[in-house]
Amino acid sequence: MGLSHCAILGAHPKVDLQSVCDTSAIVLEGFKKHSKFQVFNDYKKMIQDSELDCIVIASPTKFHAEMVDYALENNIHVFCEKPFSLHPEDGRKLAEKAASKGLINQVGYHNRFLGTFNEVKRLIDQDLLGDVYHFLAESYGPVVLKEKGGTWRSEKGQGGGCLYDYASHTIDLIHFILGNTKKVSGTQLKSVFSKHVEDAVYSSLELENNISGQLSVNWSDETHRKMNTQITLLGKKGKIIADATEVKIFLKESNNKLGLEKGWNVRYLTDLTEGVNYYLRGEEYSSQIDHFIECVLNKNQKNKSTFSSALLTDNVISMLLQDQNN
Amino acid sequence: MDRVLFGDNQFFGVNHSSDEKSRAQTIRFQTNAAILNVLDIARDEGINTFMCTTHDRIGQICDIIRDNPRYQDFTIYPCMPYAHKYANALTELGVLGTIKQFVPGNIFNTFAKGGVAFMKKDFATLAELMIDAELKMFRGINTPVIWMQNVITDLLLGLGMTDFLVKFHDHVKTKHNAEPGFITMNLPYLLETLEGAGIKQPTICASINKIGFRMSGGVELYEKTIRQKRCNLVAMQVLAAGALPASEAFEYVCKQDGIDSILFGASSRGNISHSKNLIDQYSKQPI
Repeated sequence: MGLSHCAILGAHPKVDLQSVCDTSAIVLEGFKKHSKFQVFNDYKKMIQDSELDCIVIASPTKFHAEMVDYALENNIHVFCEKPFSLHPEDGRKLAEKAASKGLINQVGYHNRFLGTFNEVKRLIDQDLLGDVYHFLAESYGPVVLKEKGGTWRSEKGQGGGCLYDYASHTIDLIHFILGNTKKVSGTQLKSVFSKHVEDAVYSSLELENNISGQLSVNWSDETHRKMNTQITLLGKKGKIIADATEVKIFLKESNNKLGLEKGWNVRYLTDLTEGVNYYLRGEEYSSQIDHFIECVLNKNQKNKSTFSSALLTDNVISMLLQDQNN
Repeated sequence: MDRVLFGDNQFFGVNHSSDEKSRAQTIRFQTNAAILNVLDIARDEGINTFMCTTHDRIGQICDIIRDNPRYQDFTIYPCMPYAHKYANALTELGVLGTIKQFVPGNIFNTFAKGGVAFMKKDFATLAELMIDAELKMFRGINTPVIWMQNVITDLLLGLGMTDFLVKFHDHVKTKHNAEPGFITMNLPYLLETLEGAGIKQPTICASINKIGFRMSGGVELYEKTIRQKRCNLVAMQVLAAGALPASEAFEYVCKQDGIDSILFGASSRGNISHSKNLIDQYSKQPI
């Protein structure tokens, strides 16, 4: 159901949160007893019985396609959690359907709403580094740290595993900042503790604009307190290292137009982030929901993380799986 | 509450401005001795209240200071829960597994308080049991204020589950004989909600700094709320994750009429002493 999405929507001044749907009896009972929202355990019934303008889908990934399809069929604007769908063919049809119906569609790639990564995109778009010849995109965190237990995230074929859950963010970030992937090679999907899914993803990526680089993602790394995503870009004119909190820029020569000095320049999150009306766990989580709601209210606004762009990430996930099998 | 409170983020690698610095801090504070050493420096500088999460490591620190006469005047403000512990459990074990892990006793034993509460889906009682379990590590230590962490306060606030905020408030007051506090990134919204639920003059800790970092609703609304003195207020994130120079940062919060205490964390004697002196100096000046 997405507890934090629910809280962000519940606090949103322009949203009247009507109903929640989940399959966990204990979660539903909690909402029934302690919240004002209507509670459902069947999403179709929820959509039929409530008059909804928008829906946020945060179910296990294998259900995304049918749920998104049903919502679109009922002319509801959709925010769907990442990754978009398990089968790119489903994703393509859904992206087309949303577009043909003129419905706002967004996928929860929150890195697109982080001040630091937006700054990197701005600098790259202004050609700060000249020819970029290499990137390293990394995400590490402590999700699976021992050989037992597990929820749907550790099951094969349900959208579980580090590739769907963690690497999708990293791939989407590469697409957001640099461009779309053309080819993958040398893919290694490694199981560290999980029996049925991979805990780490390593691969070489080549983009449509011929920039190439590496993907390195591991969710069994407890030296990180929480998920930590970093991108390093090397260009002829310098280098950028960015994560959620800071952007470090090294330049061979100063860039007066962008106000950057020769040598190291550091920009912090505090200077790059706009405040939000309700903060829960990082500005980017509130910002992405704010953006979705703004797009629904003002149809002229271009969405920053559409089904179509998320579909490109799903495609790369398929390419990585195929490359590993080869 | 003391004017100056000492925080614990630096000990656990929580750094809002740099992931790299946070890693360096984790390495530095790997041993309990390193943490105690910094607490001793803070005490030398006249800071006697330590505000900290219910992290396992804090349990170990409590074991060391509990019977040590050197720390008999030392006060701890526990902040609960250590959210990552629960977030990781939720991902790994699911909702039911998390309840099983953190509610003391066997929840399937209907003779136990937790078992009865679980069977009846009595979440308020389950929450009380979890609060009691979190506080066990502080037994025998002076804990006059007990805080709910912002991630939980703000989650409940957004979900509109105000009755849990009230439950926490009442339980801490009656069972633990302490002042309940709420940490938040949404001060105006929380205050209005708590007042609406009948909690007058609550104790709140909020991000307050000159540049409006993590101040939801903006600086202007915060300043107005502070001036109204409707809560006992602790300012945190005063340095805005290092974006502000210490002098400018402390001068700003000390001059806000309506802030009772200031929370900061630091690792070196120089920084601790400098910050404490700045707060003392600006607090003496008329507002």
